[in-house]
Amino acid sequence: MNIPYTVEERPDTGLANGKLGIWLFLASEVMLFGALFSTYIILRVGAVEWPHGELNVWLGMANTFILIGSSVTMVMAWASLKMHDWGKHRLYLILTFVLAGVFLVNKYFEYSSHWSAGELPSKSTFLAIYFTLTGLHGLHIVGGMIVMAYFIGPGAKLWRANPDQFANRIEYTGLYWHFVDLVWIFLFPVLYLL
Amino acid sequence: MHSDPESIRKHTKMYWMIGGALFVFTVVTVAVNQVHLAIPLAITVALIIAALKGSMVASIFMHLSAEKRWIYGALLLTLAFFIVLMSVPLFTTLDNIGTPTVSPHQSHAEPARH
Repeated sequence: MNIPYTVEERPDTGLANGKLGIWLFLASEVMLFGALFSTYIILRVGAVEWPHGELNVWLGMANTFILIGSSVTMVMAWASLKMHDWGKHRLYLILTFVLAGVFLVNKYFEYSSHWSAGELPSKSTFLAIYFTLTGLHGLHIVGGMIVMAYFIGPGAKLWRANPDQFANRIEYTGLYWHFVDLVWIFLFPVLYLL
Repeated sequence: MHSDPESIRKHTKMYWMIGGALFVFTVVTVAVNQVHLAIPLAITVALIIAALKGSMVASIFMHLSAEKRWIYGALLLTLAFFIVLMSVPLFTTLDNIGTPTVSPHQSHAEPARH
């Protein structure tokens, strides 16, 4: 069975179904992270005192550079496909995957240093919201890596059968990935600096 | 959004430039934090830079600067609900139901009746 409007645009929306679908999904993600940011504000405003300088700013800054870099490589992976350069697409997509892995390794070191110092989520409100927000964000990184691994591996076959559909799938993966980067752009100053 | 190879080739230089600008803004955010501004000012500056960076990612990397109206419609609806969500903390602090209106100073002035 052929799924309609995977490549061609629907006459009513002017969009391929996947594109509208990923944006609606991202809209729901805005509300998910928005609820947690709102919770953070309530907890912070209501707190008598709020810890400052508990997190390693330099490690957080390094992770910001890594995610920004991965956003650039992701958009270049899509652009390379559109320019029919399969080799560069592979290079950029693998680079994005590796950068995502480096982000998680950094996060592992950060988490383990907190845990070894006894700084668990139960210790303070700040640590509870820190682990919740960064943990949920980390899960999104893992989700993105699974999708990228699929398109580096078995999913890459689609390029030969239907290059336009494959390019669209990479575009939707990119939209998700840039959103994950966007969330971190706000998480970094809110948790590490303020 | 343009998707022919030639127009995309023109855009690739901009993607790298935006990436560079995001790096610079990250350094600026951390540098401003090292100056130790007053907390309200520090929060304002950090959030303005974050919003600037976020808008660059959304408009250029996510191609929101040239999208179809259905996507803008969905995002406008999301924005409306997001504003409501962010207003919840404000409503919480403004909510005086159940809290005494007498100030602590007044309550000390009046002796308790037995």
